[in-house]
Amino acid sequence: MSVQTATAPPETPTPPAGPLARVTGWMRTHTTSLPTWAALVIFVGMVIYAEIVYGRILQPSTTSNLLINNSHLIIIAVALTFVIITGGIDLSVGAVIAFSSVAGVMLANAGWNAYLVMVLMIAFGATFGLISGWLIQYLNVQPFIATLAMMFLARGLASTLSTVPERLGDDSPIRALGTQIKIYDGPKVNDFVITPGVVIALLVVLGGFFVLHRTRTGRTIYAIGGKEQSAQLMGLPVHRSKMLVYVISGSLSGLAAVVYTARLGIAQNITGVGWELDAIAAAVIGGTLLTGGAGFVLGSVIGALVLGLMNVIISRDGSIPPEMTTVITGGVLLAFVLLQRAVVRRRE
Amino acid sequence: MSHEPIVEMRGIHIGFPGVKALDGVDFRLLPGEVHALMGENGAGKSTLIKCLTGVYSIDAGEIVIDGSPRQLAGTADAQEAGIATVYQEVNLVRNLSIGENVMLGHEVRGRFGISWRATHRRAKENLERFGLGHLDTRLPLSTLSIAVQQLVAIARAMVTKSHVLILDEPTSSLDKQEVSTLFGVIRQLRSEGVAILFVSHFLEQVYEISDRMTVLRNGRFEGEFLTKDLDRSSLIATMIGRELSTLAGEHEVRDGVAPGQREPLLVAENLGRKGSVGATDLAIGKGEIVGFAGLLGSGRTELARLLYGADRPDSGSITLKGRKTAIGSPAAGLANGIALSSENRRDEGIIADLSVRENMILAVQARRGWMRPLSKKDTDEIVDKYIKEFGVRPADPDRPIKNLSGGNQQKVLLGRWLATRPDLMILDEPTRGIDVGAKADIITAVQKLAEDGMSVVFISSEIEEVARVSDRIVVMRDREKVAEIVNDGTVSAATIVAVIADEEGTAQTVAALDVSDETFPGTTSTSTPTGTSTSTERSES
Repeated sequence: MSVQTATAPPETPTPPAGPLARVTGWMRTHTTSLPTWAALVIFVGMVIYAEIVYGRILQPSTTSNLLINNSHLIIIAVALTFVIITGGIDLSVGAVIAFSSVAGVMLANAGWNAYLVMVLMIAFGATFGLISGWLIQYLNVQPFIATLAMMFLARGLASTLSTVPERLGDDSPIRALGTQIKIYDGPKVNDFVITPGVVIALLVVLGGFFVLHRTRTGRTIYAIGGKEQSAQLMGLPVHRSKMLVYVISGSLSGLAAVVYTARLGIAQNITGVGWELDAIAAAVIGGTLLTGGAGFVLGSVIGALVLGLMNVIISRDGSIPPEMTTVITGGVLLAFVLLQRAVVRRRE
Repeated sequence: MSHEPIVEMRGIHIGFPGVKALDGVDFRLLPGEVHALMGENGAGKSTLIKCLTGVYSIDAGEIVIDGSPRQLAGTADAQEAGIATVYQEVNLVRNLSIGENVMLGHEVRGRFGISWRATHRRAKENLERFGLGHLDTRLPLSTLSIAVQQLVAIARAMVTKSHVLILDEPTSSLDKQEVSTLFGVIRQLRSEGVAILFVSHFLEQVYEISDRMTVLRNGRFEGEFLTKDLDRSSLIATMIGRELSTLAGEHEVRDGVAPGQREPLLVAENLGRKGSVGATDLAIGKGEIVGFAGLLGSGRTELARLLYGADRPDSGSITLKGRKTAIGSPAAGLANGIALSSENRRDEGIIADLSVRENMILAVQARRGWMRPLSKKDTDEIVDKYIKEFGVRPADPDRPIKNLSGGNQQKVLLGRWLATRPDLMILDEPTRGIDVGAKADIITAVQKLAEDGMSVVFISSEIEEVARVSDRIVVMRDREKVAEIVNDGTVSAATIVAVIADEEGTAQTVAALDVSDETFPGTTSTSTPTGTSTSTERSES
């Protein structure tokens, strides 16, 4: 069956000679995962540095807190990863969380069934996502503008509902998601604890990984980010998939609202200001290209943990003024973006 | 090959705002044949293909595939109907692996979602069919050359076991060796009974590979021919819509200066740009009108853009008035006394909302820099002069240019560039889409300018016009200069068409032209094709 023609010689890279050549050869063929590996190396480096300088980092209580305090961030980082891989952006995440949590708490306090309320909170998010996706896909609105509109809309609606902290009833079953479960009983308070919220975040990560890497929908999402027009001409369901990522992003924002509210027990219309930017930063640090087509949910998790760990280090240090957190975040982000540019340029 | 057609399109109409893109086009495709779709750029080839691939939906007409009428509402629909397409630009995604590109949307699924092992195995099997079994399917697509990517794209297209394969300009970025590999693949698919629709502007390739051709012009069906029954000159005559016999015309030899004796203004050596124009030698004398002739898309415009600096050449040099000059930007072109009036009057020429006056002084002002605005007096002087000289109607400098007719807009643009007093004026399609009167005005103006010592490059799709106006004609084909014809008064459009049509004889033609003009006794008897492929018989020689 095969054609007998003089095809160009195999284009596989020649077998690398030395260890150095092997490394560069690997880097050449794995350019897309390079920034993610870099993020992992930097994260490990940060952990080691913090352990040596401040101590008590690699211990159960610190690790537990890192996970518990950042579970909502991990969830929305996964959400943003989906969107950014298609080459889009979702700025409405933080505001959707605010609306969802305020509305959810008010409904729960009004006596609605707690489980129904949790489902509704996710559904609110999904609805915002659906509107964004529809604007982007069918009215050709820029993702930046469409989700910016949703951001103002959601934030405004949250403020319409209430401008004061809404406290979730102490006996509400929603709080169960925030209860700490002891996994490992360490000396004194040095226990390893998790909350159902952490479990949810980890399930989201696993689910995100599965969808992106093991389903045709996931591969379509990557293909859209690679070149939307090509994906379209290849006969892939581009329209549906593009809508879907915004619905996923919205739903996960609703879920993050559930997890966050359960932990804090309070919902407020000013919750989540700037969280979308944290999530974008986490995704970018974790190796997701803002131009689309490359990125990993696991990378975004590392990105979220890098941001979380930075906060831990800054509070431990004590001599770094808290205002510096933002400056340092900016610096770290800048470094990663430059790294990505270098990688992209090499690929071109 | 007495099969029923696998694709039959009847009376296809499609229009875009303001344009009738396809006007009652018929087309059929038989299994086991390579069918070439021919026509100039803009003839509707791409549009027809996009109707068949579901990218555009048709306004009227019928598409019958495999005996049943179909409504194609998208690429997925077309694939469903067994139509696979490979486009000129490799439509794969560079961020994913080779194997994934082959299998995207058709990945093999196991119990835990996609089974990558099985998917890559299937991809490899598909690639093996096309002699690409040696590729490591797990490497990123971006590690492959464009040519191999193109073959991968075909492998991908055939994953769906399609009966129809559309190849839209698949060879434009391939070299000879790669083309022959591709043709091997095409022949294999043909022998398997796949119907192949092949679009290429390389006549040589079309004659090599196709069994049958359909010619379109201006969105209309011009005819369906067996390739062996239609020689190249007749094909080109059909494509440009002229009878070969009517392509005669005359050129009055001006002032009797022999072309070699003109003082050279611009000498380009080896000037070229990858993917745009092959290395070209070209000399333009002072006061000479040099015509660029060739089909749309033959590289005429691209060569002009290189001379002007609109595109940066990546090989060769330009010597201007005896000095080597680097022209890498339009500003540099303008500073060196070269002006280009674009073929795309609406997008690259006029600024629709500005007045005639503002449009006309734009280039002079650009040359002076924004720090030194033209005085009111100078402005009026320039504007009045050219409005009068070219007879711009209405003669109102304050009217927005968008309210003028195409011909008058063109006159304003001419004025714009002439106001910079260029040594070389490049006119790309200055007469396209304008009425006869304005056309005559512009041609007279061009001839007068040349008499006053300005050099002119004249580009037009109307080959008769080029033959009439030019002192010397540069013939372009497939993004190469293939010949240079001195217009001694006997050159007609038919001569030029013969040169465009002649593939194999190219080398001899050019050589012969350099030596003497005798090879061109008015009509066509250029050197006969040597060697291998089809012989070109010219109908009226």
